[in-house]
Amino acid sequence: MAVQTRFGSLGSYEKGSIELNDDLKHYAFSNMFEVASKSKPFERVAVAKNIEYVAEVTKVDGASPWYVAPHDEFAIVMDGEIEFNFVKLDPSAAPAGGQGAKQLAGAPNGQKMGKVRGRRGHQVLLPAGAAYQFVSKSPSVAVIQTLLGPVTVERWSDICTL
Amino acid sequence: MTEEAKNVDIVVGPANHLGYSSFQLGGFEFSRDEYFVHIKWPKGKHVMEIDRFLRAMVRDIGWGFFYGWIFFDDVFGTHNHYGTVDIFAGAYDEGCKAAGIDYLETFTSDSVSKGFETISKNWINEGYDPLNAPMETGSPMGEKTRESDKPLLRNFIAAKRMLGLKGDVAVRSDETGHPINRAFADVPVDNPDIEVEPGFEGQLHAINLFDHIARSDVTWNPSISSATRNSLCCVTSEEHMLPVIHGNDRNEWFFQLSDEIHWKVQDKNTGRPRGIIVMKAGDVCAMPADIRHQGFSPKRSMLMVMENASPDLPELYASGKLAPYPIEF
Ligand SMILES: [Fe+2]
Repeated sequence: MAVQTRFGSLGSYEKGSIELNDDLKHYAFSNMFEVASKSKPFERVAVAKNIEYVAEVTKVDGASPWYVAPHDEFAIVMDGEIEFNFVKLDPSAAPAGGQGAKQLAGAPNGQKMGKVRGRRGHQVLLPAGAAYQFVSKSPSVAVIQTLLGPVTVERWSDICTL
Repeated sequence: MTEEAKNVDIVVGPANHLGYSSFQLGGFEFSRDEYFVHIKWPKGKHVMEIDRFLRAMVRDIGWGFFYGWIFFDDVFGTHNHYGTVDIFAGAYDEGCKAAGIDYLETFTSDSVSKGFETISKNWINEGYDPLNAPMETGSPMGEKTRESDKPLLRNFIAAKRMLGLKGDVAVRSDETGHPINRAFADVPVDNPDIEVEPGFEGQLHAINLFDHIARSDVTWNPSISSATRNSLCCVTSEEHMLPVIHGNDRNEWFFQLSDEIHWKVQDKNTGRPRGIIVMKAGDVCAMPADIRHQGFSPKRSMLMVMENASPDLPELYASGKLAPYPIEF
């Protein structure tokens, strides 16, 4: 019997179920592909939150704005193919404190560090202090391990099964 | 947690007719026969399948008692206070409490680690590995043959920043002795493309995380794959049932990366059932701090767990300063 590993995608996902004798808000049950399919491109929607820590789901479609965070972030490509471009910010432009990703006003000045092309299952380091951008040819999905910040969108009532 | 933690050595008794020793740790006595472990404490007794007991015990040691409560079954388990550990029997079971046979004793973490390692070593025979999926290992039943010389805790490896970085934990590969598991034979093994400009060598990094998980030879063994400040992502491959029931002292989050897991949810303090969550690929769900949960994975699946390792959390939840659930909305 051939094995079949089931992954989800924007075009094909099946959400599970939650049947509890409890307040379902406490579980914040959502699906990354459903969240992405109902988001505008590059919105960074929180799907998990531990006080100041979050995981954000983003739909990448075209070229995103540029972002930077004062700590490491990690993106896992869940569907499609995403190119990650990196630019070294000069220290005066890099965020000194705070938390979470912030959006830059435009393309950053600084030296090109290089690029990473990731497909489903690939995890990409978004190093602290480096400006980065997501680019895709067709709608793709990533989940980002980060901290709650200026670009984090929270709309729990819309995304959770209640 | 209030009483003085006991710093004691486990007492090893003579071998029984099957070749297995019995043990005494504080007020708890442990012995085994061909099928079962028998646990005694001053006010009561308990019996459990040996497979369940050993699967739970090696994980409990490997995790350093993990976060909060590890129930080996509804009656017996440990509660981590990070430096000291309670071993309990019936202390979180309504029936045992009503019967007055519940018992709890606090030890130094070191006493329990060494004690559990001594028991595991004596009771695990060659050919049986409690970290493997049941279909991929031998049987723990029967008389003692030869003690396994496989390192018990070989797979509990925590990345400091991210898997595969120079000086950090390596990504699994054929070269590290980790072939793709039979249940993930169809998972793509391609690597991300990295183009680094001169002068930035070693600063950009990416891995095939799903390939790494597909090559795990153990199950229900979350290991840190990436860390930002105190937020830890841990990945693991899951097959058959989680051999413990986990009651956390903080909120944790599950990301179902592939296939599906059925989670049985109970009240943490009483064990009363709360229901079932079925998580499919792409689903995300919180496990609040006032429940215990146990997973059942019909086919080997990929799971990512996000934990908050801040050391002050258990006290904040216990004192009610933080709600036991993660989001107010
Ligand atoms: Fe858990």
